[in-house]
Amino acid sequence: MHELSIAQSVVDIVLQHVSADEAHRVKAVFLKVGDLAGVVPDSLEFGFTAITAGTALENAKLRIERIPFTIRCLRCGATSTQEIGISICAQCGSLETTTIGGTELHITEIEVNDPEETS
Amino acid sequence: MSVITIERKVLEKNDEVARQNRTAFAQRNIFTINLVSSPGAGKTSLVEKTLETLKGRVNIAVVEGDVQTDLDAQRVAKYSVPVVQIVTNGACHLEAKLVQDALVNLNLTNINLLIIENVGNLVCPANYDLGEHAKVVVASTTEGDDKPLKYPAMFRNASALIINKTDLLPYLPCSIDALKLNALSINPSLEIFETSCTTGKGIEPWCRWLEKRSVKETGAR
Repeated sequence: MHELSIAQSVVDIVLQHVSADEAHRVKAVFLKVGDLAGVVPDSLEFGFTAITAGTALENAKLRIERIPFTIRCLRCGATSTQEIGISICAQCGSLETTTIGGTELHITEIEVNDPEETS
Repeated sequence: MSVITIERKVLEKNDEVARQNRTAFAQRNIFTINLVSSPGAGKTSLVEKTLETLKGRVNIAVVEGDVQTDLDAQRVAKYSVPVVQIVTNGACHLEAKLVQDALVNLNLTNINLLIIENVGNLVCPANYDLGEHAKVVVASTTEGDDKPLKYPAMFRNASALIINKTDLLPYLPCSIDALKLNALSINPSLEIFETSCTTGKGIEPWCRWLEKRSVKETGAR
């Protein structure tokens, strides 16, 4: 359960990008989380809600996009979405593959309400 | 409504401190490994066997990570090597900053190899770079041969796999071939060692790998 410390990192980064005045108007924080990032989205959302309760970010919700584990074969060039973590080309069976998706743990956008809007 | 577009890694702060650690290790010519496994796979026993075997060959220091107690550091201290215990007080993994702070209390003079024994956990430590040169995952035969498939992130990020407790194989349904195949399907470049910390079998090849890697990474000796 390291999602709490990851949630704290999300809070830290968001607060670097919004002013103190904007913080309470943050509506949503968009994240990309790879299937192989070792992060449980439900736990991350739970942790985020827990640590932002009673703070300027208490209205903010996490919007998590899952990124499937995807590899590209260096032999035949095929791209395949494999069972999580398996690095064998689904097309030709080669072990010479490179991961092109599924390890992300990124914040991509922060959505902020205008002052007159309510969340 | 406005949208602020950013593209930042959530764990960038940890990654930054890990970079600082890596630089500090490089400046001191220290090869560093991050030893990970589930609880009870035999990490501390492996550290003890490694200290015993490499005595007089490589100067080693150890960072021990545990949720509670300094029992592991006490075990390691018997080998008269510099050791420091990190107690995470509940946290399930080590972070780069914890290691950075611990290094202040470690005498690294003439040290060539630093072993960081992480908290026993096959999930969370996979996310946190500590600044090590290599992650080494220990899987014991008592855990079964399907662990790599269940915890792919950890096996994917590792450079080496140690299959420990091989002396128990006659009593277990664990297939060492299946374990290797599962591990290699996640990470084809894994170096694999088979060890028994009880009999000492397989410890020497592992120690030779450590010696070789430390020369390669640090250019020392």
